[in-house]
Amino acid sequence: MASSPYFSLAVLFLAAMGFGLAPLGMAWLWARMYSPPKPNAVKNAIYECGLESKGDAWMQFRSAYYLYGIIFLIFDVEAVFLLPFAVAFTGLGAAACGAMLVFVLLLVEGLAWAWAKGVLTWA
Amino acid sequence: MAVDQNLKIELGKQGIFVTTIEELYNWGRRSSVWPMQFGLACCAIEMIATTMARYDLARFGAEVFRPSPRQADLMIVSGTVTKKMAPQVVRLYNQMAEPRYVIAMGACAISGGPFKQGYNVLKGIDRYIPVDVHIPGCPPRPEALIQAFMTLQKKIDGQPLTGEGRPRHLDAEAQGEFPVPEQGEHDLEPTSNKGVWPVPITIR
Repeated sequence: MASSPYFSLAVLFLAAMGFGLAPLGMAWLWARMYSPPKPNAVKNAIYECGLESKGDAWMQFRSAYYLYGIIFLIFDVEAVFLLPFAVAFTGLGAAACGAMLVFVLLLVEGLAWAWAKGVLTWA
Repeated sequence: MAVDQNLKIELGKQGIFVTTIEELYNWGRRSSVWPMQFGLACCAIEMIATTMARYDLARFGAEVFRPSPRQADLMIVSGTVTKKMAPQVVRLYNQMAEPRYVIAMGACAISGGPFKQGYNVLKGIDRYIPVDVHIPGCPPRPEALIQAFMTLQKKIDGQPLTGEGRPRHLDAEAQGEFPVPEQGEHDLEPTSNKGVWPVPITIR
C-alpha cells in the first residue's frame, strides 16, 4: 500500500481532514464537558426579530401567483435574451435573426395565450 | 495555578511564553465578542459610528455585528427602551447563546434618561436583564462605548473558569431563562425581574 503513488496524497488528505475536524471536535467536547446546556421555551422559540412567531410556515399561496410567476418569466427571460441580441444585431446573419424571431414568437404566443385567458387582468 | 507576574515577564524576555488554560480561554473569549446588530434609538447612531473606520471597534475583535441572537455574545442596548419594545429586547436576550453580556448604552437604557417621567418608557433595561456595563451620556460618544467595551473585556478576563464568579455558561445553576414581560393594563407585567433587580426601598 505504501508503494502506491497516491499514498502520500491519502496521508495529506487525512491530515487536512484532521486539521479541519479536530478543532470542531474539541469545541464539541469542551462544550459537552464544561458547558451545561440550559434550554428553555423562549430560547428555543423561532427567531422572529424578538417577536413571537404567529401561524404556520406551511401556508398556502393563491394559485393566481403561479400565473403571475409565468408572466414574469416570459418578460424577464425575454429581456435577458433580447439585450445581447440587440447589441449584436448589426453583425448577425439571417439564420441568427430567424432563430431569435422564433424564440420571441414563442414567448409572444405564450403571452397571447395568457392574454386570451384573461390572466393580465388581475382579479 | 497562578504564575507569578514578575516571573512571567522575566520568562517572556527570554522568549518563553507562560500561560494558563484560564488565561488563554478568556483571551479568546474577550477577543471575539460579537455584538448583536440591534439599535433602539439615537445612541445606535453612535454605536454605528463606533464600528466605522474612524473609531474602529474591529480593533477589539468586535466588528462582526450578528443579525441573529444565536450567534451573538453581546447585546448593546443602545437607546430608549419603550415599554412596547421591552418584551422584544428581553426575548432577544433570552435567545442569545451563553455566555451573553449586556452593555446598557446611554441615559435612557440605564435609567429612562430624559424620558424617565414618561408613561411609556422603561426606566432602565436592568429591570429585566442583568447588565454588565452601564454607560451614561446622552448619547455617549463612541469613545465612551469603546471604554465600556474595554471594561467588559476586563470583566471577561477576570472571570475564573471554576468556583465563584465563573461565567454563566460554565455554571449549571446559573439562571437560563429571564421572564419576558407582557403588556398589562397600566404597565408591563411584571414591572421588574426581582431576581435581577431588587426593587429599591423608597425613603420619604
